[in-house]
Amino acid sequence: MPIFSKEEAQALLKKVLSYSKADECEVNLSASDNSNIRYARNAVSTSGKVSQKSLAVSSAFGKKLGVATINEFDDASLEKVVRRSEELARLAPENPEFVSFLGPQQYAEAKTFIPATAAITPQQRAEFVAQSINVAKAQKAVAAGFLEDNAGFSAMMNSKGLFAYGTSSNVNFSVTVRTEDGKGSGYATRGYNDVTKLDTKAATQIATDKGVKSATAKAIEPGKYTVILEPAASAVLLERILFGLDARQADEGRSFLSKPGGQTRLGEKLMDERVNIYSDPSHPELPTSTWSGDGRPQEKISWIEKGVIKNLSYSRYWAQKKGVKAVPGPDAFVMEGGSASLEDLIRSTKKGILVTRLWYIRDVDPQTLLLTGLTRDGTFYIENGKIQFPIKNFRFNESPVIMLNNVEELGKPERTVSVESNQNYLIPPMKIRDFTFTSLSDAV
Amino acid sequence: MKRRDFIQLAGLGAGAMMMPAIPSFSNPVEIERILDPIMDVTQKKQLADIALNTAKSLGATYADVRIGRYLNQFVTTREKKVQNILNTESFGVGVRVIANGTWGFGASNQVTPEGIKKATQSAIAIAKANSKFQKEPVKLAPNPSYGEVSWKTPIKKNGFEVSIKDKVDLLLNANSKAMEKGASFVNSIMFLVNEQKYFANTEGSYIDQDIHRTWPNFSVTMVDRQSGQFKNRSAFSAPVGMGYEYLDGRPEDKIQGPGGIILYNNSYDIVEDATMAAEQAKQMIAAKSVEPGKYDLVLEPSHMWLTIHESVGHPTELDRVLGYEANYAGTSFLTLDKWESKNFQFGNKVVNFVADKTQPGSLGAVGYDDEGVKCKSWDLIKDGVLVNYQAIRDQVSILKQKESHGCCYSQSWSDVQFQRMANVSLQPGKTQLTPEQMISGVDKGIYIVKDGSFSIDQQRYNFQFGGVLFFEIKNGKIAGMLKDVAYQANTQEFWNSCVAICDERDYRLNGAFNDGKGQPSQSNAVSHGSATTRFNGINVINTGRTI
Repeated sequence: MPIFSKEEAQALLKKVLSYSKADECEVNLSASDNSNIRYARNAVSTSGKVSQKSLAVSSAFGKKLGVATINEFDDASLEKVVRRSEELARLAPENPEFVSFLGPQQYAEAKTFIPATAAITPQQRAEFVAQSINVAKAQKAVAAGFLEDNAGFSAMMNSKGLFAYGTSSNVNFSVTVRTEDGKGSGYATRGYNDVTKLDTKAATQIATDKGVKSATAKAIEPGKYTVILEPAASAVLLERILFGLDARQADEGRSFLSKPGGQTRLGEKLMDERVNIYSDPSHPELPTSTWSGDGRPQEKISWIEKGVIKNLSYSRYWAQKKGVKAVPGPDAFVMEGGSASLEDLIRSTKKGILVTRLWYIRDVDPQTLLLTGLTRDGTFYIENGKIQFPIKNFRFNESPVIMLNNVEELGKPERTVSVESNQNYLIPPMKIRDFTFTSLSDAV
Repeated sequence: MKRRDFIQLAGLGAGAMMMPAIPSFSNPVEIERILDPIMDVTQKKQLADIALNTAKSLGATYADVRIGRYLNQFVTTREKKVQNILNTESFGVGVRVIANGTWGFGASNQVTPEGIKKATQSAIAIAKANSKFQKEPVKLAPNPSYGEVSWKTPIKKNGFEVSIKDKVDLLLNANSKAMEKGASFVNSIMFLVNEQKYFANTEGSYIDQDIHRTWPNFSVTMVDRQSGQFKNRSAFSAPVGMGYEYLDGRPEDKIQGPGGIILYNNSYDIVEDATMAAEQAKQMIAAKSVEPGKYDLVLEPSHMWLTIHESVGHPTELDRVLGYEANYAGTSFLTLDKWESKNFQFGNKVVNFVADKTQPGSLGAVGYDDEGVKCKSWDLIKDGVLVNYQAIRDQVSILKQKESHGCCYSQSWSDVQFQRMANVSLQPGKTQLTPEQMISGVDKGIYIVKDGSFSIDQQRYNFQFGGVLFFEIKNGKIAGMLKDVAYQANTQEFWNSCVAICDERDYRLNGAFNDGKGQPSQSNAVSHGSATTRFNGINVINTGRTI
């Protein structure tokens, strides 16, 4: 599917709007190519490519909304989809929470598209995988991995004069390397907008080292430990705070950000004062879209500043009801840190555990954001500033809110991928005291 | 299970937004389009033959083609409001080939001779390119040619033919009953699925199937603004392989359970359940916080299904055992040597698990799987011993077995089919035993109803499960509600601590629409049956915290 230029997208959207007879009309257009290759047992297992394009028309009569989509862009199809959305709107029940579409907005230029990523060929994908498998094979280990890349554009326009356009590309790679006897397992994951930054050989080397070094793990007692969390481990905990920033839930009393007496924790200091988390679509290391799906500008927003809940996200309806700015939820986030490396954090640790990955994260209690899950693919015991030996995996029960009150030290942020949501973030390695492990697992 | 889908459609735990995303490659359509068959079997056969002939002419030694139409309907409401009504359709064709001894797959939403040829060519090209990395050629277990056959979920009422107004009225009525009983919030949803699948392969099978699933669900939330506490009580419904008759709520399908609760079997009364939910949500807030320690657990079937799913269903999948899922869902502790020994004591002698793709009303029931194998049931755990796995045509020979188990599935025409979990069910006890009788024999225990929080490691050793309702059992009697309960165990130790299973009168199915597996991840619908079951001496933790 070719990526439309801004002018091509604008022309098509204008044409669609010209067919509209509704009180209000909004059109979203997107197209993307998504390709992947998967391997296991040191051989490719599946690969595929999916191209898609879609145009969605939302027509409103008063507070009645109808949505219809189509994937053919000839004039007759475009007119038909507009008519269909209007018919659906007439039949729809009135939605008391409908908010009139947004007028024209200003957006910063997004830096999310890299032509090299959009131009990846099947041969390149196969080569990325071959490099990975060769590293594992050379050390008599077994690799299983997945590489997926996508490139596309999205645009929207409405009858109030709003127009937004953006392109994006991304590549995510992950690999698990297990020793042949199944006693050791290591993992690495990488995510970039720019495929030229991807080095599957280096990533697989890290996974292989972890796999080999984690074999013959010893069991130690579960309990509260000082832990060093690599970014891939903390990502899956921290993102749960960011997923839970919705103001309406907090106002309704059903969020960890609700508090006794009916108020929310907005403006309250909930974490260590070294905790600063923000989103910034223009961040050079982690660019994201400069507009949200409903046309609101995505701007740099501080969510947690010096441990204080600084902002909550709002739907346009809830913001209107509350009389506040309708800040959309973030697409990604950056957690600030210091300059220490992971090795520095290990060196300064008298007794602790290095956690390289956490897995199967689920809510236990939404009231306190208590989560459970397990360590996986390389967990190590640290004493006197050195990794002493690999240890068996633990189950934890911990709230990221409580965890961020127990910060000992933060390192230098790096880009990582959440294995739960596939989102990319910038997160420092961090040292946390009193992290709660509740049982042992025999899993490798 | 996939967390995001679960929260979005099942748990509704967070409660706020319950708008289902439009599944990829689906288009919103009007109901008239949904009820129009759009293509007859003769046309499908002609198109399928184009794929099969093209594949053979390009050197494929095997090919199969799936022309699939996937229809969904979602009706979502909250309190007095209809939030969304959405019908979606996804129609396309997927072609799978073996060329140079390697699998290749191509798909297109152009269900025309040209679109099908292109998808087939693309599948062949991928197979040939990837054959460079192949170590051993794909070997398929033999499968008979079935000729032209068909299968249909035995529904009594097609949910798509029931008017939207009826569904909206039913959900809003349930919501209002919960609100009258003091609920703070209610979200509810009606989710219908119809898969119209046509399969053909180069071995001469032409299989037309029409599969229906239904899932009514809600979450009733109680907020105590003063103390800042909130609790969600989810619906006691099950997602089912049935039509809209599941919503009939027939009196004979209602079960008076221990602790004054009402449970449901083959049909469901959503209005009654929502009313109960509001009352129970209040009690959940006021309940006593559990004292951590060892308890005997009495687990009710609407809770058991998820424990079975995670600790028995997944580790018995052969592709996991072999390492094909190592990078994502993980591998399995049930390694081949344990199966080969013929004496690996997975559980106590009373524990028998059967895998099944035929049970009426279950989510897994189909006539034929997505590679044209006729479905059946088979033993996984017999008298506590591991006796078999779940395997499909290209892997079953590893077990020295001659036929596939028939559990191959793809979530859509656009995804390649692979091994997916069959219904895996715990067989009821052979001696007469009711849940009340079971509870009367427990001195210190907890009776748990409905699935809640869940997590398990990548080899399926260590798990932790929550629930929705927890009743303390003291000296053989229910002694009020508990909260902050989760239990942790090792799979093998847990199933060996299983001491009693109620008889078949208490056997019920529950399950999920959205079990996630694979990269890119695909959803599978699966049911798990059991009767109420007792486990002795399980470690219970207290999950209450303060922030």
